Amino acid sequence: MKHMTRKATRHVSHNEGLIFEKSSAGKAAWKLPPLDVPEVDAAKLLGSLQRNHLGHMPEVSEIEIIRHFTRLSTWNYAIDLGMYPLGSCTMKYNPRVNEVASRFEGLANGHPYQPEKISQGALRILKTLSECLIEITGMDAITLQPAAGAHGELTGLLMVRAHHQSKGHPRKKVLIPDSAHGTNPASAATVGYAVENLKSNSQGMVDVAALAAQMNEDVAALMLTNPNTLGVFEREIHKIADIMHAKGGLLYMDGANMNALVGKVRPGDFGVDLMHLNLHKTFSTPHGGGGPGSGPVAVKKILEPFLPKPVVITKSDGTLGFEYDRPQSVGRVRAFYGNFGMFVRALAYIFANGPDGLRQTTEDAVLNANYIRKGLEGSYDLPYSTPSMHEVVFSDKLQAKKGVRTMDIAKRLIDYGFHPYTTAFPLIVPGALMIEPTESESMEEMDLFIEAMRSIAEEVEEDPQMVLSAPHCTRVSRLDEVAAARKPVLRWKPPS
Amino acid sequence: MAESEIVDWFRERSRENGHDYTSFLGAGAYYHYRPVIIDSLISRGEFLTAYTPYQAEVSQGTLQSIFEFQTMICELTGMEVANASMYDGSTAATEAVMMAVRLTARRSVVIARSVHPEYREVLSTYAQYEDIVLATAGFGDSGRIDLKELQKSITPDTACVLIQSPNFFGTIEDVAAIADIVHKQGAMLVVSIPEAVSLGIIEPPRQADIVAMEAQSFGVPLGFGGPYCGVIASREQYVRQMPGRLVGQATDRSGKRGFVLTLATREQHIRREKATSNICTNQALVALMVNIFMTIYGKVGLRELAKQNLAKSAYAAAQFNKHAEVLFSGGSRFNEFVVQTSEDPYAINNRLLGHKMIGGLPLKKFYPELGNASLWCCTEMTTRTAIDTAVGLVAESQGAAQPAREADVEEVAR
Repeated sequence: MKHMTRKATRHVSHNEGLIFEKSSAGKAAWKLPPLDVPEVDAAKLLGSLQRNHLGHMPEVSEIEIIRHFTRLSTWNYAIDLGMYPLGSCTMKYNPRVNEVASRFEGLANGHPYQPEKISQGALRILKTLSECLIEITGMDAITLQPAAGAHGELTGLLMVRAHHQSKGHPRKKVLIPDSAHGTNPASAATVGYAVENLKSNSQGMVDVAALAAQMNEDVAALMLTNPNTLGVFEREIHKIADIMHAKGGLLYMDGANMNALVGKVRPGDFGVDLMHLNLHKTFSTPHGGGGPGSGPVAVKKILEPFLPKPVVITKSDGTLGFEYDRPQSVGRVRAFYGNFGMFVRALAYIFANGPDGLRQTTEDAVLNANYIRKGLEGSYDLPYSTPSMHEVVFSDKLQAKKGVRTMDIAKRLIDYGFHPYTTAFPLIVPGALMIEPTESESMEEMDLFIEAMRSIAEEVEEDPQMVLSAPHCTRVSRLDEVAAARKPVLRWKPPS
Repeated sequence: MAESEIVDWFRERSRENGHDYTSFLGAGAYYHYRPVIIDSLISRGEFLTAYTPYQAEVSQGTLQSIFEFQTMICELTGMEVANASMYDGSTAATEAVMMAVRLTARRSVVIARSVHPEYREVLSTYAQYEDIVLATAGFGDSGRIDLKELQKSITPDTACVLIQSPNFFGTIEDVAAIADIVHKQGAMLVVSIPEAVSLGIIEPPRQADIVAMEAQSFGVPLGFGGPYCGVIASREQYVRQMPGRLVGQATDRSGKRGFVLTLATREQHIRREKATSNICTNQALVALMVNIFMTIYGKVGLRELAKQNLAKSAYAAAQFNKHAEVLFSGGSRFNEFVVQTSEDPYAINNRLLGHKMIGGLPLKKFYPELGNASLWCCTEMTTRTAIDTAVGLVAESQGAAQPAREADVEEVAR
């Protein structure tokens, strides 16, 4: 651990039990104002429907709650602490002005059913964000309703199906490259499509000849991530689109990796018919420990009639409103209008960057990934030499000779003060190390990362056991996930 | 734009968005007080800017808080297991129904008409290509599900019955009686709970097989409809068909307690097209708000909070009843009630808007048979003064009903 002190040093971390273990009767962190209406007799109003006890809910004081969650928070790694190089996750800086914007009274407390005439602010946000995203993607229309990327996929495929149905035949299957994210096949299945695997060629890209052979009138769509999960741009995307379109199929793009394209190329210009975006990746809304996300779906004109309802329209008097009368709509995919709070944040990010800033962001993201690629080439095996966009995928081939796998290296990286990269994905690279620095990282932070990764590579040669037993500096060592799944304990229970 | 310009732009949008109105809207989105420490805590970068806790050693903060969340949801709903959250109440209800379909291997579903209309729309969107037959069961004079109609609508192919309690009219369903009917036919009972605060004073649906919840009421801002926090809870025996992330207890190499994401073989990143659901992202940060809220109010506070909601709406319903008809008086309610007026509710609401008040939700769009009915909600945030003012404005033209103006008709189209 030669360089460990450059990024991280061990320090005191507080122990903290479960909140239930701190609870005792009579403590409270709440106070209600005096009731200004007559009290009611709940037993009389509710009869047998009245609840008599609330089980083992905690009773704690406010300072205890503050300390409890503050202590827990210090056990997390976060972007705010350093580089978070998870490939395909786009862990970029989450600007704080976004948080301020989303908390203004009228936006934070706006009710989804309040009359349109006093909802013009929220509607303006929906409309402005829609226009920006349409411009960025080169598409014609958009829905902001889906709550996450996978939800966007589901929504998109519903529209694909509705489109084919309107032509008389819904078709039977969806083509998905073997490098795709797991949500793609799961979403296709939800919409009643069979999934057909599409093999990658030796450069990790779509095998265009294989695609042409597999494409026929039973195929509803191809779901393609571009750049793909190897961080490689599908250079033959026009050809791919032509093959799909020639047989009446649609080209769906998973926009998970859109951070490599914004401001440089527009999917709508290279033949994509519909795509989803992840506002929590490309557009800087916080991941929050696993959500909330937001997965808008942008579409070409031919799919517009099928958008989920309602859609935002400009009414004859110039004000904005929702239109519900959409006879060809696939229906609703969630209540209300989507994760509005995330729209505010994404729009604030777009405003802060402007067109030139967004383009610069993309260039920096690609530059950073290539800087890391250059820095680690030689220390780690690069299975595909195709040029990298915003992320780079290595394999553990060199380290595996010593019995050290990608997960071990990832765990060792924690000791050096970094969050692990994405391990074991994409599936087409055995023992993958998938690294995405994003534009947020400075050269200094990336140098520390490269240094840490090289140091681990040396450790693997000199003392593989050190790496195999990592992490050594965390509160808990590796947890037994197998035992946890075999006999799941999914909640606290009071000691009997 | 400079930061100051961004702030100004959104402040302006906030002003255009009814920022200083008093509202009587509920219908699946509730205005409750949010204790300030919720935002202090969720704003910590370690929570706000962390990813999904796949790397357990550096994610114990998120993992332990989800484990506590799952525990409290179980305590409050009377279920044995709860997941780490779903997108919202509507998708949670939908996924809960899909779960019942997988568990029973039956292909039809009965939905109470008193379930939130938008939840029903989401379910029909999801079900359309899953080969699932949807039937509805209506409501009776009490606003509760019509038990006879329910009985008739269940067939040997019914996987589950989906009800909501408190239902869309604010009325509390007789879950025990419904469960009897449903279980006798070998079907499952899925109960959707849209107003989490009700759990402080209303007996939870212990007889249900699966509970789908919207936890927005627990400290989550209204935010014009999202992000919110759905949850699915169920009997333990069904956990392997549960969608979404689950956190479980584990031990490390030295025997120390820790927490991990578990039972991942249900999920899409392992099972791909054979997963229980395509869901990946959950609502972790929103679930953290809910968790902190539940911790603040706890065992005693939640009950007192629920009692205030009960008292406010009981008072308001009684006041409204003097000048209009409060429907469904046969059933108990929590914090919402339906008011039937002779005047068009859109006209009433226009009058209220002039006083910076947002009246109840007109029900014409969803339930044309209820005519001039609207759904009103009172929480602990609703003052007696506001109630009295609103009642006075509703009373103003009762008996002298006027036709709705053109502008109002446009809103009806929603």
